[in-house]
Amino acid sequence: MTAPKPILQIKDLHVAVEGKQILHGVNLTVNAGEVHALMGRNGSGKSTLSYTLMGHPRYKVTAGEVLYLGEDLLSLPTDERSRKGVYLAFQYPVAIPGVSVSNFLRASVKARRGQDVPVKEFRKELKALMSRLGVVDDFLSRYVNDGFSGGEKKRLEILQMALLKPVLGLLDETDSGLDIDALKTVSEGINALAAPDNAILLITHYQRMLNYITPGFVHVMQDGQIVKSGGSDLAKELEAKGYDWVSREPASTARA
Amino acid sequence: MAAELTQDEMLRQVGSDYKYGFHDKEDYAFKSGRGLTREIVEQISKMKNEPEWMLKFRLKALDHFHKKPMPTWGNTELLNDIDFDNIYYYVRATEKQGRNWDEVPEGIKKTFDRLGIPEAERKFLAGVTAQYESEVVYHSIREDLGKQGVIFTDMDTALREHGDIVRKHFGTIIPPADNKFAALNSAVWSGGSFVFVPPGVRVEIPLQAYFRINTENMGQFERTLIIAEPGSFVHYIEGCTAPVYSSDSLHSAVVELIAKPGAHIRYTTIQNWSKNVYNLVTKRAMAFEDAKVEWVDGNIGSKLTMKYPSIYLMGPRAHGEVLSIAFAGSDQHQDAGAKMVHNAPDTTSIICSKSISKDGGRASYRGLVKVYPGATNVKSSVRCDALLMDEQSRSDTYPTMEIDEKDVTIEHEATVSKVGEEQLFYLMSRGLTQTEATTMIVNGFFEPFTKELPLEYAVELNRLIQLEMEGSVG
Repeated sequence: MTAPKPILQIKDLHVAVEGKQILHGVNLTVNAGEVHALMGRNGSGKSTLSYTLMGHPRYKVTAGEVLYLGEDLLSLPTDERSRKGVYLAFQYPVAIPGVSVSNFLRASVKARRGQDVPVKEFRKELKALMSRLGVVDDFLSRYVNDGFSGGEKKRLEILQMALLKPVLGLLDETDSGLDIDALKTVSEGINALAAPDNAILLITHYQRMLNYITPGFVHVMQDGQIVKSGGSDLAKELEAKGYDWVSREPASTARA
Repeated sequence: MAAELTQDEMLRQVGSDYKYGFHDKEDYAFKSGRGLTREIVEQISKMKNEPEWMLKFRLKALDHFHKKPMPTWGNTELLNDIDFDNIYYYVRATEKQGRNWDEVPEGIKKTFDRLGIPEAERKFLAGVTAQYESEVVYHSIREDLGKQGVIFTDMDTALREHGDIVRKHFGTIIPPADNKFAALNSAVWSGGSFVFVPPGVRVEIPLQAYFRINTENMGQFERTLIIAEPGSFVHYIEGCTAPVYSSDSLHSAVVELIAKPGAHIRYTTIQNWSKNVYNLVTKRAMAFEDAKVEWVDGNIGSKLTMKYPSIYLMGPRAHGEVLSIAFAGSDQHQDAGAKMVHNAPDTTSIICSKSISKDGGRASYRGLVKVYPGATNVKSSVRCDALLMDEQSRSDTYPTMEIDEKDVTIEHEATVSKVGEEQLFYLMSRGLTQTEATTMIVNGFFEPFTKELPLEYAVELNRLIQLEMEGSVG
């Protein structure tokens, strides 16, 4: 048996946003081939963790370290993290008026792969992924996220993820705002991306997406720390008992 | 120990080199002395063998120029810096006008090669009027245009060969007394284009002209007149690049458009003067019954641009549009806008203005919508969007509405925004560098303008913006 290959190692991570401390020492290791779910109430620090991992300039790391494939992730600028295979599917992707989806996708694929993809080849690849994700053709000529419905935005996020083939996929509340059909399609898209040499961290408030994606590991975040970890059963338990149940349990890591 | 440059510093150095900032050795057949006198005006007219009426027109305009005050609005500080006594008012590059490409002097050809003009010509030119200095040196008209009866020539030739048509229309849309700079142009004009489209003729290929300034302290005063006879259509394109020089250069053109009943004129400009040029241009169109005029106006270069393309809607159902963009970088002031004058019922107009200010640059929108009594059922829509790239840059909006009729629909919308941190973060999270991300956002902002350009121009504009963005992101 080979030893697990760590993709992401978060060690005692402390993060402040505009002077306010949000994360108080997060520890988490994600290995190749694993799917993790990070659950917790709104405001528990889940999105802060995802923004920090992607390098948002307003999220300041005050202590701790993050290793990505064994290297220091935090010293890299956002675009370099992306080119090295870190991907964040945004909860609220912003609109870029005047920039067509197809131009945007080509530019990002070029950046990630380090070379231009021939138009014909790119089209073919794109069309195949689009049909799998139930995305219609006119999507490509629309402006990025401009006037998109919640479901369309999430589909575009997953479409990008499929194109960019990340090593580490961070999905921030990808299930929110989706109806049941969209949730199913998007979940299938995510499942298709899980592979032995990459890893996925799903951030979610609700358990419902986990009906379609079965994570090997579930973590509960509260007040900026991971307070409980377990297998996929933990998600079901949370669904049945609510987050208050975790709060009443003694925390696994003592709060500093 | 050699200091290593950071990536940003290198980018800044690349960006600070003006792309077309090369220049030829001067080799001029005639160059007037500096400053403006009656003698110089007479000399210009004599050298061009002009008819008496044009000499009179010039001299009268010179009087107006001396009498007219400088504008008291816009950037008066920069305007008052112009030293009219230190400008060459006329320079002729070669004695003879080139008839075809082979006859164009080698040095000039080389310059045009670097600007990609011959290639553009091969692609889709109907005719080229390439203005080198104050005189047209190369000019060709494709045969089928000639067969259609379309006249596309430089203004000097038009005066010689089509004197009657010129005399009937010249200076009727913008009289010399209109403003100080129109008066100046009327006195010393040289070159520019003349287009005449006979009734019912549609010119399917855009007519293009290229302009360039090449002498230090040299003024360029071209004069363009486009006449679209009833039911005709023409698209005229003018794009320019200029070399960098140390002292200021004055560019003061006059462009007159006449769209007769049912005619349609589109006039596209991209100006990319080097950043020491004063670009003070008067552009005006008259649109008669059922006619349509569109100004598509891009301002990237120059030190100070003051330009407000105007459309006088003179007949029922005439329609006017101004679509403009302005890019104001360091030490630049783009004071641009539009003017719509509704003089007849059921006339409609659209103004869409977009500006970007960066590195302390300043962009102003200055616009007027005027509706005269009796012009009922007028519809006008004004939209101006400004994008600020940093805290040092500035954007102002001076919209004026003079509405003397009740039965009108006027819409006005103005926005000022900053390049969002969230937009940058989103694009960078997809692997784009900060420069690439900024360029993409800016190109998207200008997209409503860019999509109206022929492909070649759209590509060139996007490239210019990329250069501007690379200049100082960091």
